[in-house]
Amino acid sequence: VPVPAGVKTDIADLYADYGSSIDDDLERWPDFFTDDAFYRVVARENYDRNLPMSTLMCRGRGMLIDRVAAIRETMVYIPRHVRHLITDVRILEAGAQIRARANFAIYESPADASSHLLAVGRYYDAIDTQNGRLRFAEKTCVYDGNLVAGSFVYPL
Amino acid sequence: MIAKQPISPNRIPYDIYTDPAIYEREQERIFRGSSWNYVGLSAEVPQPGDFRLSSIGDRAVVMVRDKDGGINVFENRCAHRGVAFCFEQTGNAKAFQCPYHQWTYDLCGDLVGVPFRNGINGDGGMPADFRTADHGLTTLKVEERNGAVFATFDPSMAPLAEYLGPEILVYFDRVFDGRQLRVLGYQRQRIECNWKLVLENIRDPYHATLLHVFLISFGLNRGDQPGRVLIAQEGRHAVMTSQRREHVESEATREMSTLRAGLTLQGGEMLRPVREFPGDETLAMQALWPNVIVQQQSNTVATRRIVTRGPNACELHWTFFGYAGDDDAMTERRLMQANLMGPSGFVSVDDTEVMQQTQRGVGPSPRYEGFMEMDGSGQESTPYVITEAPLRAFHNYYRAVMDLD
Repeated sequence: VPVPAGVKTDIADLYADYGSSIDDDLERWPDFFTDDAFYRVVARENYDRNLPMSTLMCRGRGMLIDRVAAIRETMVYIPRHVRHLITDVRILEAGAQIRARANFAIYESPADASSHLLAVGRYYDAIDTQNGRLRFAEKTCVYDGNLVAGSFVYPL
Repeated sequence: MIAKQPISPNRIPYDIYTDPAIYEREQERIFRGSSWNYVGLSAEVPQPGDFRLSSIGDRAVVMVRDKDGGINVFENRCAHRGVAFCFEQTGNAKAFQCPYHQWTYDLCGDLVGVPFRNGINGDGGMPADFRTADHGLTTLKVEERNGAVFATFDPSMAPLAEYLGPEILVYFDRVFDGRQLRVLGYQRQRIECNWKLVLENIRDPYHATLLHVFLISFGLNRGDQPGRVLIAQEGRHAVMTSQRREHVESEATREMSTLRAGLTLQGGEMLRPVREFPGDETLAMQALWPNVIVQQQSNTVATRRIVTRGPNACELHWTFFGYAGDDDAMTERRLMQANLMGPSGFVSVDDTEVMQQTQRGVGPSPRYEGFMEMDGSGQESTPYVITEAPLRAFHNYYRAVMDLD
């Protein structure tokens, strides 16, 4: 079944907005998820072998809000900017939920250093369409280079 | 030559974090010297032929289960031309063949095949005195204790149990208690700091109650909770423990200026551990010389293996595990509590950033010294945690092994 052009555009916009929320306005990031969403950041070596360990794992939007609060108030780190480049958005299945994937490249720019590539990988997602809103019910962020350069301070 | 210098036992000369000559000496005297290095878990290589790459210091090694069920560890360096012949992180092999000239080694590291050994039609070939037995892989001595695998370059090394000692074994066997382990997965990070700073960070309970706002605000580890440090085996190993309590106002909280008593979590189930290990200690961090931290924080258990990458960088490889009998709820708890740890950990991010900033601070100042006199000059175990005794003991042992003074 072909996916209507409007849906494709909406999903592409969703990914663009999602990246922008982390880059520019972190408080908005939890709004991209359903109340009982499952969010995880996982190394490729775990994902490919079905190992359950995540680098960051949240069940429910409350945990996403906690993560934002920790980034803002408790975690200690060098100030930095992150920038998401999200490409090759593909709809894999369009039903009551939309299954989609996209590639990401995230650059990190510490305040006193040049930009470097923080992570490259792929999102594997389930998108809820209820009430005319597109929100992630599941978001799995798989980073391909298993060795993280320092920390992932911000979500992927 | 490394200049010998008089050093106060309570001072840390900063050149030990940056000097390439000292780094080389560490590889030789510590990692390739008389030490048992953690390489992995038996559960990672359950079947004959199963292997996993690991490392000791900056040398890559292969941990492999042989046909008889034993575990062998050898260097990932072909005896012919030095190629790191094993390309895969993990897998199963009947033998290891270097792709360059197809020299082939069995699961014990013995050379069993050399193409064109007799040349072609009588032309070429190895000399008459060539013996495969002279060209095996560099093989290490191996010991396993309840599922944890250690290796050493020193063939005359004393048994692992003797090296760890009875006091450490109480904690070691609490985590590695003989139950079958179940690997939950991995996290790896490169940290731009000297490898010693990682061990020092764990051996420094003074910082934990100040730096980690998350830990202290939620009562996971605080200086005013019951806790102790155990220093053992001439200072080479240490264990830091704590008992979780609900938050109470105390004299100490006033000095924890970062403590945020009003902080609440929306997703608080992450921090609801269940009692699992014997005793009242809810946190026990074992820093085992020279390359591993065995972590037990509530229900999250992991090994953190240190890989050295020159004087100014290292890697930390986290292997999270549980036990074969865990039910789904326990596995979920372990996965959730892992949010504290690793490259994205609520707590570990603080440490990573501070260790990198320490390297930035000490790097340009090799002639300066750090100061560690919290709780005086002692290097013995204490029934409290506001102390730098584990750091003093670490540096005392380090200097003796390195013969730096």
